[in-house]
Amino acid sequence: MKIQEQTCLTNITNGTKVRLLKIDAGRGLKARLAAMGLLAGVEFKVINNGHPGPFVIGLKGSRMVLGRGMAGKIIVKSSES
Amino acid sequence: MAEKIKKIIVALAGNPNSGKTTIFNSLTGMRQHVGNYPGVTVEKKQGLCRYQDYELDIIDLPGTYSLTAYSTEEVVTRNFIIEQKPDVVVDVIDASNIERNLYLAVQLMELNVPLVLAFNMSDIARQRGLVFDIEKLSTLLGVKIVQTVGNKQQGIDELLKATVEISQQPRKDYAAIVKYGGEIENEIEKLQQKFDELHNSRWIVIKLLEQDADVSKHIQNQEILSAVQNSIKHLNTIFAEEPEIIIADRRYGFISGACQEAVKNTIEGRHNRSDMIDTVITNKILGLPIFIALMYIVFDLTFRFGEWPMGWLESFFGWLGQTVTGFWPTGSDNVLKSLLVDGIIGGVGGVVVFLPNIMLLFAAIAILEDSGYMARAAFVTDRLMHKIGLHGKSFIPMLIGFGCSVPAIMACRILENRRNRITTILITPLMSCGARLTIYALIIPAFFREEWRGPVMWLIYFIGIALAVISAKILRITLLKGETIPYVMELPPYRMPTLKAVLIHMWERGWLYLKKAGTIILLLSIVLWVAARYPRIDVDKLANLNDTDAQTAMLKHSVIGRAGVTLEPILKPLGFDYKIATALIGALAAKEVFVAQMGIVYAVTEHEDVSVLQKKLSSDYTPLQGFCIMLFCLISAPCIATAVITRSETGAWKWAILQFGGLTAMAYIVTLVVYQAGMILSG
Repeated sequence: MKIQEQTCLTNITNGTKVRLLKIDAGRGLKARLAAMGLLAGVEFKVINNGHPGPFVIGLKGSRMVLGRGMAGKIIVKSSES
Repeated sequence: MAEKIKKIIVALAGNPNSGKTTIFNSLTGMRQHVGNYPGVTVEKKQGLCRYQDYELDIIDLPGTYSLTAYSTEEVVTRNFIIEQKPDVVVDVIDASNIERNLYLAVQLMELNVPLVLAFNMSDIARQRGLVFDIEKLSTLLGVKIVQTVGNKQQGIDELLKATVEISQQPRKDYAAIVKYGGEIENEIEKLQQKFDELHNSRWIVIKLLEQDADVSKHIQNQEILSAVQNSIKHLNTIFAEEPEIIIADRRYGFISGACQEAVKNTIEGRHNRSDMIDTVITNKILGLPIFIALMYIVFDLTFRFGEWPMGWLESFFGWLGQTVTGFWPTGSDNVLKSLLVDGIIGGVGGVVVFLPNIMLLFAAIAILEDSGYMARAAFVTDRLMHKIGLHGKSFIPMLIGFGCSVPAIMACRILENRRNRITTILITPLMSCGARLTIYALIIPAFFREEWRGPVMWLIYFIGIALAVISAKILRITLLKGETIPYVMELPPYRMPTLKAVLIHMWERGWLYLKKAGTIILLLSIVLWVAARYPRIDVDKLANLNDTDAQTAMLKHSVIGRAGVTLEPILKPLGFDYKIATALIGALAAKEVFVAQMGIVYAVTEHEDVSVLQKKLSSDYTPLQGFCIMLFCLISAPCIATAVITRSETGAWKWAILQFGGLTAMAYIVTLVVYQAGMILSG
């Protein structure tokens, strides 16, 4: 498994599995995302990178939509082998 | 001994899309009613259910993912539980998405409420390869779990049985279900000592550590608050992260630990089918056309199919009016007759006539929502709508507004965010509704040549849309300022909507409309009826006039006629005389009344063709004045039905008044500018 550098979620292509490193956002937004299960260390898959349209990720057996601005604040590391 | 009915209050909690509503419908059937939670525009559904010797009063709480203070729904949910102390809380869990759904369950346990978990849609979860060891999970969580399939009525009996059982058992103490680890537990314990044995002190302390604004607000004691600040600072240094994130992390850790032991996932791929449908539905090329096609169907269904029952209702009320008229000798001018026929039957008819539209529209909305399409539609249009500060879903009420503002404003309920909802409600009347079309149909042929009619009509519609866009933008940077809540939501898998849910939704909206708006609209119609007829003119003065001229004289003598005359100087700069002013006031009852009132003012009998009135209009006014009439009717004061529905949907008269006053002021200014500029240009 090759270890990739950390990058922002918007740079990830469809179908890639990633691990969440951190979220560069204010307390309120971070807490909302945490309540949905978006916490450091969690693994998820980018279903649709949203060009155009929604940014969809697959997390814990469900699909979630993120605003594009929000996706830009989420820092991940690709965990695809 | 005679059997005694025992009452149990049951609160139904759960994530959005967990199938909470289907469970609620299964439990209560048609025995439910909709209201609002006091002070907020969050819908409160309540229903009754009999089980053995018990009567269950079931309250459907708003769908939430969590119990933070970041959204109104979450605050409402938790305040209801804390203040109303339901006997049992049933948490409906989407069994195929168990981890996120259990996050809410864990927080409910921390609140220390008697809890039952309903693992809903367990059939789908099984199909998707999830195998639950319910007994083990139940032991790990320390809570009763029932498997249900809401839309197939499965497990409902077991759920009721478990609910009743739990309500009769001594309360369990769940508060410490999640252990937050040495450091955090130390702080919790330290702070808890300051709350001497309060029954939910652990929950309060955890909320304070999570920097929950709503809970902190209720703590007055400065000593406690500064102790909390110290603990937060301490935890912040240790973890290099906000305590609330660590707390969320530990909760998820606890859940995923429990799931690892009790849930086996045999196949991956719950979303394969949904993902495939999505590649088409949200496709960059096809997405928008599909959306527009579906919206066209919704609009067509609402208004075209609505036309038949509307026609039946209209003829029924027409027949009823005639029948009642028949009780009096022909030609008699009885006040009671007029009140019954024109005031009450006319008024009730005016209210009921919207019912088919509202019910059909909500059937369509229920299908779009339950199937999962609505969640997708929101971002298909999001890019466009976002620019004017509205949500993608605002598109739907605005579109429906071209048919009628009343169902359109009711449709704003699909918008979860309050600011978006109120903005959309306020601007919806700017969409030219069907009633205003009758005004355009009178004016345009009267003043414009054949080849200009199309473009003028188009221009009027366009001006409405443009003003709506500008108003939305202005509202969003002034009165309804504030960041659009960061957009995170779950994308539900596509599902087949059930007929029962659609019917219940349709019935519920129709009833809500009749009950809340119907009564006030009826009352105001009667007031307007009185204003158009009183004070009465002396019969002697009418003696040598024919019928139509007498009607004109009577209208001029009435409150509305006098108001028209009084308003003339104010409306003069817009190019309006007292005749137009009178018709405009009459149009408050319903926009199409403008045409009828103009007919009366111009003494055109009902039997004469509309072209007679058009001829009279074109000889009295210039095309510029004609255009200004349309412009003013488009923008100004929405009809009373719209004002009343705005009041009931926003929960406050202030929004209805702002809408009414704001639009009228805007109409005045826009028409003034257009008329004056037109006068200057035409010399």
